[in-house]
Amino acid sequence: MALDPQDLARVAHLARLHLDPADSDALAERLNRILGMIDHLQDADVGEIEPMAHPMDMVQTLRDDTVTDTDIRTTVQPLAPATEAGCYLVPRVIE
Amino acid sequence: MSWETVIGLEVHVQLSTASKIFSGASTAFGAEPNSQASLVDLAMPGTLPVLNREAVRKAVKFGLAINAEIGKRSVFERKNYFYPDLPKGYQTTQLAEPIVGAGVIEIQLEDGTRKNVRIHHAHLEEDAGKSLHEDFFDEQGQGMTGIDLNRAGTPLIEIVTEPDMRSAEEAVACARKLHSIVTSIGICDGHMAQGSMRFDVNVSVRKQGDPKLGTRTETKNLNSFKFMEAAIKLEVDRQIDLLEDGGTIEQETRLYNGDTNTARSMRTKEDANDYRYFPCPDLLPVIITDEDIEALRAELPELPDARQARFSAEYGLSDYDAGILAGDRAVADYFEAAAQAAGDAKLAANWVIGDVAGQLNAAGITIEQCPLSAADLGQMIQRIQDGTISSKIAKQVFEACWNGEGTPDEVIEARGLKQMSDTGELEKIVDQVIADNATQAEAFRAADEGKQKKMFGFFVGQVMKLTQGKANPQQVNALLQEKLKETPGA
Repeated sequence: MALDPQDLARVAHLARLHLDPADSDALAERLNRILGMIDHLQDADVGEIEPMAHPMDMVQTLRDDTVTDTDIRTTVQPLAPATEAGCYLVPRVIE
Repeated sequence: MSWETVIGLEVHVQLSTASKIFSGASTAFGAEPNSQASLVDLAMPGTLPVLNREAVRKAVKFGLAINAEIGKRSVFERKNYFYPDLPKGYQTTQLAEPIVGAGVIEIQLEDGTRKNVRIHHAHLEEDAGKSLHEDFFDEQGQGMTGIDLNRAGTPLIEIVTEPDMRSAEEAVACARKLHSIVTSIGICDGHMAQGSMRFDVNVSVRKQGDPKLGTRTETKNLNSFKFMEAAIKLEVDRQIDLLEDGGTIEQETRLYNGDTNTARSMRTKEDANDYRYFPCPDLLPVIITDEDIEALRAELPELPDARQARFSAEYGLSDYDAGILAGDRAVADYFEAAAQAAGDAKLAANWVIGDVAGQLNAAGITIEQCPLSAADLGQMIQRIQDGTISSKIAKQVFEACWNGEGTPDEVIEARGLKQMSDTGELEKIVDQVIADNATQAEAFRAADEGKQKKMFGFFVGQVMKLTQGKANPQQVNALLQEKLKETPGA
């Protein structure tokens, strides 16, 4: 696959990156060189290979359903830039 | 032109575990903000998730309840997106290898029609925290969003149906059925108002007979059956209006506001996230053995469908009544206890579906909080059966018991509600009523049979008035029939 300037603008928008239109062509070309390497990987025949979920051939262990973590709010909240009424404050995320 | 509606559901079900899916923090509802957010839930660097066995067990139980294939090997993946109620920057969820595969449930509509709805799959995942958009401002008076991470990491199963529903009614019936199943098997408390079950509806319309599905929209986070029905109807109308005016439907996510019965677009497909799923390197594949599955199957209680069938067969209830009672495990338990105590299941069913449900509704409480125990209801029904009280007086007894005046027997005694069954005493009263209303009695005798039937009620009413409703209705009827036909003085 290859990116055209429209694809690039869209990806930049989704990633919330500001992109100078003047850099667009050069950036697209560099990204396309990387994508070319990925295309090369796509050529490998993996039809017989089971997708790997984890590099270690082990099984997940499970813990009992008991409450072991107690309230640490007074310890950790001073680390946050802004808190109020027990909540962490962030810039408003809806209009 | 005739349009067909096509609906699919995505249902988030909070599993009723004591601790979170990946941490040892409590999941109790209503705690102080962030008092139940552990280092794992806060996504502190260096912390690692450890999977809760009970969450896995509960998910498998759901799979068994809907006859689904259980994923004997399931894999957690990271769904990446940026939002402040998700401090890790990704939700740990399942995609390619979920814990519950394809299954099926049967829904029943109010007219009794039954229909199968296929379940595509159900997967385990963690819930996000809560964003509070009101009430917070910085020093410059700029609005801020408050984040409470108590809910972050609460175990969920997300149930995804096939687009098998054709109306808002069917979608609600499906939602109710899922509610009934998850509460009956004890994997979710079912408290919708607390967000324990939340529904996303995918809606599209197409011309009747068109094999191709129309473009769908998704309305998110509906937390009551009522809102769900209203939101679907609203969206169907919007899509049909738009198409009939020559427009096109855009694939988008919509947000419904129940207070105003309006919806607005949240984001369109153009802005849709690419979640960049990949297997979570912090978690290994989860393996479930055949022995695990059989042990969990053995733990399953009687399911709503089986219970409904048994109520019909064992107690002779109508399919519809049996369905209402069996649909909620607590209601079903209450009914069965009352029926046992009463010795009359049909009467018990009528009372539970009628007066008990009505009062619970009016008071806004659930059957677990019912002030009248099943044993008390059974006792009251016994008193109707043995002639101590009439069905009419029973309503009074019911109310008094509801208001905490004691057991039915205590109320009947204290209020002197025992039915007057002494024929001698009743006879005197009947005689008095006929004497006091000689003109009407005369008219009665002169009337033909059809008219007499209509006039009879007047005399019954008079007797009931004199006895304050305590006269045994069968005896009053018999006595009046006999006495009214006699000519006075004869």
